[in-house]
Amino acid sequence: MIKVEDLHKSFGKLEVLKGITTTIKQGEVVAVIGPSGSGKSTFLRCLNLLEEPTRGRIWIGDQEITDKKTNIMKVRQHVGMVFQHFHLFPHMTVLENVTYAPIKVKGMTKAEAEAKGIELLKKVGLEQKANEYPSRLSGGQKQRVAIARALAMSPDVMLFDEPTSALDPEMVKEVLEVMKSLAHTGMTMAIVTHEMGFAREVADRVLFLDGGQLVEDAPPHEFFASPKSKRAQEFLEKML
Amino acid sequence: MNLDFSQIVPSIPYILQGIAVTLKIVVFAALLGFVFGVILALMKIGGMKVLTWFADAYTSVFRGTPLVLQLVLIYFGIPQLTGFEIDAFPAAVIAFGLNSAAYVSEIIRAGILAVDKGQREAALALGVPYKLMMRDIILPQALKNILPALMNELITLTKESAVVTVIGAMDVMRRAYIVGGQVYRYIEPLLIAGCIYYVLVMLLTLLGKALEGRLRKSD
Repeated sequence: MIKVEDLHKSFGKLEVLKGITTTIKQGEVVAVIGPSGSGKSTFLRCLNLLEEPTRGRIWIGDQEITDKKTNIMKVRQHVGMVFQHFHLFPHMTVLENVTYAPIKVKGMTKAEAEAKGIELLKKVGLEQKANEYPSRLSGGQKQRVAIARALAMSPDVMLFDEPTSALDPEMVKEVLEVMKSLAHTGMTMAIVTHEMGFAREVADRVLFLDGGQLVEDAPPHEFFASPKSKRAQEFLEKML
Repeated sequence: MNLDFSQIVPSIPYILQGIAVTLKIVVFAALLGFVFGVILALMKIGGMKVLTWFADAYTSVFRGTPLVLQLVLIYFGIPQLTGFEIDAFPAAVIAFGLNSAAYVSEIIRAGILAVDKGQREAALALGVPYKLMMRDIILPQALKNILPALMNELITLTKESAVVTVIGAMDVMRRAYIVGGQVYRYIEPLLIAGCIYYVLVMLLTLLGKALEGRLRKSD
């Protein structure tokens, strides 16, 4: 479960998040959408403190991560993150990418981590690429490895920051499929996305951000069929 | 042209023995320079003001004064200031190592800054602690990119090591001088010394290429 209370974030004089309050329940899949510059990526990045909030509080599970006493490195082990540009480690093979953190951070044995890594690579359909370097993979494959790498830490929550925005159109589907099957396993997920079809189909809730504020918070069928705010209506007109 | 190597030939083995001295100084100085250079680079980017200031000041002083001056100050200055005698070899290693560290730290700093910041974020997101992140993720990628610059530094070090002659270490250069003095012919032994340095640098270049090839296997 993720609880966010009055979250503010400023970069210098620019206030990107202007007080966001919401809760993401255990097992819920939440799509975060909005125009560019609306603060949706910043919002997501605050959830594992890649950005430090200027004000407000965030809980992951029953731990307040904005509490100064919280060991954020420990928290991050339970919060997986997938980036727009994958950020695989280019000097490690696919399997090494997936097993590095479990071995070095969690203290798993190499054999354990590799067994788990192979199993995860199977899930994303890439076990035959285990010994390749990332430079040999397509964008879609890289992103699926990045998902496997995050899952290898057995996170309680997965954050996706525009996971398909950097992909060629024909590769979007394979990544969305993996995310869809992950959603069906009951993983708690927060997804910043421009894939409206995916949000409608997979998300339990849609958060619409605009100008650093949470403008709408509704189930997808409601949001897409009858957005309440003018800003959401305008946004959807442009997108659909 | 009146070059006459015949008188020099018997002394060639004597000059060649200097290679061991030169290499020993270069290897130890390069190691010292690299390790200390990495530490200085981490100080520069670590964000702790005192350390950054120290590393910047250090670089400024060691880059801003002649190497031969640093060498002479260490060799003659340490005994005078502390009362401890210092041999030519350790003095040379310390002077070259400290000097090289200043240059290496800048090379490594540039290498670290050139690594995509997403790599750092990916490591953070996985909960990888700073030390491991630097050692296993950032530095290996940085090193790959800066290897040519580091090889440059090593080559410079190899050639510049000839200035140990001024403190009497028996390296290739010094031996060439001595042989020249013995037979009153300087050009020939110096040409031989030149060939030796050139071959050493060529070998280093080959080594560097081989190393780069290995590091590039992930491309």
